[in-house]
Amino acid sequence: MDAEKLLYSKDHEWVSIDGETAVIGITDYAQEELGDIVFVELPESGSEIKAGEAPVTLESVKAVSSVYCPFSGIITEINSKLEDEPEIINSSPLDQGWIFKIKITSGNKDNLLNSADYEAYIKELD
Amino acid sequence: MELIFEKSQNDNPGIKLPASDVPSAEELDFEYLRNDIAGLPQISEPEVVRHFTNLSRLNFSVDTNFYPLGSCTMKYNPRFTEKLAGLDSFSSIHPLQPQLIKGGMLTQGAMQLIYNLENLLSEITGMHAFTTQPMAGAHGELTGVMLIAAYHKSRGDKREFIIIPDSGHGTNPASAAIAGYKVKTIKSDKNGVMDMQAYKEALDERTAGVMLTCPNTLGIFNPHIKEITDSAHKAGALMYYDGANMNAIMGKAKPGELGFDIVHLNLHKTFSTPHGGGGPGAGPVGVKEFLSEYLPTSRIIMREDGSYALDYYKPLSIGYISPFYGNFGILLRAYAYILYMGRDGLIEASENAVLNANYLKAKLKERFHIPHPEGTLHEFVISAKNFSEKGVKALDFAKAIIDTGFHPPTVYFPLNIKEAIMVEPTETESRQTLDSFVDELLRLADLADSEPSRFHDFPEKAPVCRPDEVRAVKHPNLSYKA
Repeated sequence: MDAEKLLYSKDHEWVSIDGETAVIGITDYAQEELGDIVFVELPESGSEIKAGEAPVTLESVKAVSSVYCPFSGIITEINSKLEDEPEIINSSPLDQGWIFKIKITSGNKDNLLNSADYEAYIKELD
Repeated sequence: MELIFEKSQNDNPGIKLPASDVPSAEELDFEYLRNDIAGLPQISEPEVVRHFTNLSRLNFSVDTNFYPLGSCTMKYNPRFTEKLAGLDSFSSIHPLQPQLIKGGMLTQGAMQLIYNLENLLSEITGMHAFTTQPMAGAHGELTGVMLIAAYHKSRGDKREFIIIPDSGHGTNPASAAIAGYKVKTIKSDKNGVMDMQAYKEALDERTAGVMLTCPNTLGIFNPHIKEITDSAHKAGALMYYDGANMNAIMGKAKPGELGFDIVHLNLHKTFSTPHGGGGPGAGPVGVKEFLSEYLPTSRIIMREDGSYALDYYKPLSIGYISPFYGNFGILLRAYAYILYMGRDGLIEASENAVLNANYLKAKLKERFHIPHPEGTLHEFVISAKNFSEKGVKALDFAKAIIDTGFHPPTVYFPLNIKEAIMVEPTETESRQTLDSFVDELLRLADLADSEPSRFHDFPEKAPVCRPDEVRAVKHPNLSYKA
């Protein structure tokens, strides 16, 4: 994924939208903050979620945290490789470490940030 | 260090069984017989004794050194309470005794103790009734949220979620979820307490309760407490006080008077009973009068003649939350501690806990970044983020502290502070101890500036230095295989 073309949430998810489908993962900043990820709890493919819900739970050596979904829709695909190799999120958060794909039924991307705004946002956090 | 199995030498049994002097039993069926040797370590008695004595010397405890583990209140456990708990008349009674015919007369003292403890805890917290059954803080939380659920259910009021600020204890959301509620997390404002605007937006007629840790995990007392409890009650929600940090405010503020309906206390924190290494703990739960009928059964009552009995007829009760009456030995120690300290002693304990935390903070703030420097009570949070640019993270600091002989503070909690190091000294530490802890931290801060790379190898003196935490979680190896 090209980091500059992605959209970002303030909860540190990245979103790549292609037509009706979005791919969602967590940002490099998020994986760095979490530290070594040891467990990923994935939703079932085909399950329906509402915007703002957290279909994914990540467990790292430091903490457990949720991955939120900015859209409502149906999960069409999950990255099941993460079940055995959750560390892929650490090594490749934007590519091999994608977490799930969703077919968007509703929700808008107005609350999401572009790359430059997200960079500014995380700088503010530091 | 070697496991006892690895020390085993063939043909060197530590025990010799005597010749059997009873008739042999019928032989077991083949399927029940073991077809290889038992695999017990073959090692002599003195070697066994040395092995376990050496293991015991690796223990770290509040009895060996300063243990400033934030959020855990690792205070000294006075020895006289151990002596009392060991008294035959307490240690020999059976928990079923009061339920036997006339057995209650043989356990009047124990029942009186629990009855009196409930009243003392009610006085300290401003509540009207207590249960001593829950066996840990989180167990108390679960009990409390079940009481919230029972209350709403009895009124036919369906409510969906519990509000919890992100500066609350990490167990709060888990307790709410296990009791069947969804959780709404509220972020902190710039002062480190729950953001009031976000709170009011989240609060509505679907809110079952609000769980507040106060002072929170940053050691800050919430200045909006009346507004929080008033608006929760207006929305029909109940207020839950997580009393894990009660050590900061004993005798200064009563949760009941602040508008809370339910409170749990951690006797193994505030009331000096042992913990660490898994307990046993005690997390009694207190409620206002209107919730007392929902408390777990059985309840200890005083009859008109002044004797004590167990009351099982509580139709609205949430039922049993643990076997019998909780961890009686721990309740006994806490009761003895409260009586020994008295009103003035408990107030002084809180004052000294706050004084010690503020003393440490004042000494450390020149060198360390302290995100919320105002309003500290019994604990405070340092951020190691200034050092993390050089590659020294909070974890590296914690590992380096192990070599100083002190227990490291809590790290990476609370989650809303980057590179958090959470320090809680408790009231029982002397100024000398606090000073030497400060000296070590300042020395490490200098070292982090001059030789940051050294931090990746700390600790150097511990028996296990840098365990592979990822492998420990993903592939735990919990039993010995030859």
